[in-house]
Amino acid sequence: MGKKRKTPGINGSSSADIAFMLLIFFLITTSMDTDKGLARRLPPPVPKDQQKEESVDINKRNLLVVLINSNNQILCGDQFIDISQLKDRVKEFIDNPYNDEHKPEKVEEDVPFFGRTMVSKKHVISLQNDRGTEYQAYISVQNELAKAYNELRDDISKKKFGKSFSELDEDQQKAVQQIYPQKISEAEPKNYGDKK
Amino acid sequence: MGKFSKAGGREMPELNTSSLPDLVFAFLFFIMMVTSMREVTLMVQFRSPQATELQKLEKKSLVTFIYVGKPTQEFQAKLGSEARLQLNDKFAEPSEIQDYIAQEKSSMKEEDQPFMTVSIKADKDTRMGLITDVKQALREAYALKISYSARQAAE
Repeated sequence: MGKKRKTPGINGSSSADIAFMLLIFFLITTSMDTDKGLARRLPPPVPKDQQKEESVDINKRNLLVVLINSNNQILCGDQFIDISQLKDRVKEFIDNPYNDEHKPEKVEEDVPFFGRTMVSKKHVISLQNDRGTEYQAYISVQNELAKAYNELRDDISKKKFGKSFSELDEDQQKAVQQIYPQKISEAEPKNYGDKK
Repeated sequence: MGKFSKAGGREMPELNTSSLPDLVFAFLFFIMMVTSMREVTLMVQFRSPQATELQKLEKKSLVTFIYVGKPTQEFQAKLGSEARLQLNDKFAEPSEIQDYIAQEKSSMKEEDQPFMTVSIKADKDTRMGLITDVKQALREAYALKISYSARQAAE
């Protein structure tokens, strides 16, 4: 009995198939889509006992009211406008290139890289919506506001650094943000032009 | 004569496939790393609104989702077609958000908690009333970083 018995090798040709099956299973059950969205910060809650006296005095020239009613119409300042006009209105309001008396006042401030610059940091865009407004209309308006800020920031970045805002390093971005701070206030909801 | 006319002819050497499983497994592990398991089954239908100025949500582990939309077909008989909230695997009312956020927050690492982001995935036809309720509830719960989930629109 000197003859050694050889164990037959396990046939591994099917393990590729098994691995493929696992792969397909994972491909189906997982989601690879990266979520994208409009990032916003909510204001901290108002303490219950001082709810009434929260109205901060804002000079009228510093305030731009954007109102969306339940028919998804937009009121900007005191005029009905189309969504395509909103961005330019907002840009003009924030930037106030001709130092108009009815547009936000500017404050001189030290900004890194830029030196002393006029910053319109007192402006506030107040976004108000009805309970019946459609979400898409609201997002479109938010989007236009974001676009207005992004374009202003891009413009000044290109002028100063020759690059768009997203290509700047962190300190430069901070400086640009200081010149154009994003001030969107979302008011408590009210019922305007209620239909439902 | 015999030199060039061998009986069997030359055979194509067989391709060695013994490393194929390893390749596939490596690929499999890659997929498992970069993706995340779908955690909830959606019970509401939603089509995200479109926008152009989108930012990516960075860390998946810091993001909590709130779904808003019409109940799917199978739930419509019970709940009607009014827009509803979905938190994890069940329908909820805006008043339950605070507990939900607190619970999600406590399951996070402590140093991550300030960076928690809430992504609102809502249908584009939802009325703002419901969204506003959600936003108010999030304010109360001190979950102030939010993201309105949207699709990239063609310009």
